[in-house]
Amino acid sequence: MLYSEKVMEHFANPRNVGEIEDANAIGEVGNKKCGDIMKIYMKIENEVIVDIKFKTFGCGAAVATSSMATELVKGKTIKEALAITNKAVVEALEGLPPVKMHCSVLAEEAIKSAIADYYRRQGIDPEPIVGCSLKCESCHSHG
Amino acid sequence: MIYVDNAATTRLKPEVLEKMMPYLTDHFGNPSSIYTSGREAKIAVNSARAGIAAALGATESEIFFTGSGSEADNWAIKGVAHAAKGKHLITSAIEHHAVLHCFEYLGRNGYEVTYLPVDSLGLVNPEDLKNAIREDTALISIMTANNEIGTIQPIPQLAAIAREHKIPFHTDAVQAFGHIPLNVNELGVDLLSVSAHKIGGPKGVGALYIRKGTKITQFIHGGAQENGKRASTENVAGIVGFAHAAALAIRNLDENAKKVTELRDYYIKRVKETIPYCVLNGHPELRLPGNSNFSFEFIEGESLLLSLDMKGIEASSGSACTSGSLDPSHVLLAIGLPHEIAHGSLRISFSEDNTKEEVDTIIAELGPIVQRLRDMSPLYEGIKNKA
Repeated sequence: MLYSEKVMEHFANPRNVGEIEDANAIGEVGNKKCGDIMKIYMKIENEVIVDIKFKTFGCGAAVATSSMATELVKGKTIKEALAITNKAVVEALEGLPPVKMHCSVLAEEAIKSAIADYYRRQGIDPEPIVGCSLKCESCHSHG
Repeated sequence: MIYVDNAATTRLKPEVLEKMMPYLTDHFGNPSSIYTSGREAKIAVNSARAGIAAALGATESEIFFTGSGSEADNWAIKGVAHAAKGKHLITSAIEHHAVLHCFEYLGRNGYEVTYLPVDSLGLVNPEDLKNAIREDTALISIMTANNEIGTIQPIPQLAAIAREHKIPFHTDAVQAFGHIPLNVNELGVDLLSVSAHKIGGPKGVGALYIRKGTKITQFIHGGAQENGKRASTENVAGIVGFAHAAALAIRNLDENAKKVTELRDYYIKRVKETIPYCVLNGHPELRLPGNSNFSFEFIEGESLLLSLDMKGIEASSGSACTSGSLDPSHVLLAIGLPHEIAHGSLRISFSEDNTKEEVDTIIAELGPIVQRLRDMSPLYEGIKNKA
């Protein structure tokens, strides 16, 4: 498994690890069976993601993509955050091995899952805004 | 660097390289050639064959050199299956992929395969083997010792069952050879695979023991090498190195096994003392001297390996992420581990070159690494809050 230097750097020194006590958006994707779980905590104020933290159970790529995704999203508006794709995460990490691409998908989904939770807490149906129902239960089915 | 992945491969012993060197330089002749340099090479191959035969309690004509342990497994399994009339085959659920994937291949091509389960310690139950045998069973293949969890199977007992029914019995002894005493007649096996690079020999050379009278097809068509059964100009230097590594391993077996077992037991004891939420996988006693395999709950194995590597420690895991497939190790699932615990496994395999100081360093690094990954893991949140 050959990881880029950027991936290794984010794995060794992941940004934004932890929890946010007064988070108003929490998303969790993946499952134990697959060996990847990402949990994202956000503090959203006036449609801006003012703080973000993550917890990840998974491989080096899962940790690095979580770290990079939180960096890309921090300080952005919800609209901007929703526009960040897994490809953007991969590019920012200077590439991922093909078998690890699903980790970047998981990171994108984790961000969307937290934003969906933000809307749900306000009684707003997130689906028209966020898209995907985020019931991505099957292992690495996202290719 | 601390290298503790000796079940993956071992460092080539300097004295083995020294024995190989003349055959990579001056004695470059083809063993099939009649002139002096060819004859020298032929003599070297013959003498190596005698050496491997002696190490296994076999006769020279029963030893066939191959390009690897995997090749020996492939030849044994496909060769016996293809030479037999019966279409039923038996193996275990925890074989190395070199064995398992041969059976899966045969299973897709007209054979029926029974995969024997193992218990939580990784042992095959001889009763299960008895019950699986049919009129048309053509081959039984059960590994001597497992590469991931180190469990040593009761081969004499299993092979005796096969012999009662006149069914050829193969064992993949790649992990066991040179580490525990092996004698083909005491084991009662008909075919046995070994490899050089697990015992301080070179990569790219293995051997298959085929008991006289065993029906098996030719593996590589071509020249008359390996008694016409496996064509290819011999890897002379590799074969010479293999025989020398085997001789050293057999000569020092008791001493090395004692030393390595002590290191392993010390490591196991220290892990249990210092790291909570860990499980030792495999058998507490019937296990290879150098093998340890722990699952650390709430974390994933590849992250653990990368973190250890950053501290200069090279080890192995059974997580999906390190296997390149989607599932964690089939061995860890077969002994009944849930997926998430199988993902968090760490195999540390010692050789006689490792030291107690190295174990102390590993322990000093491992605890904080496991804790850091747990602190990052959402699975650990509830546990931490409870504590």
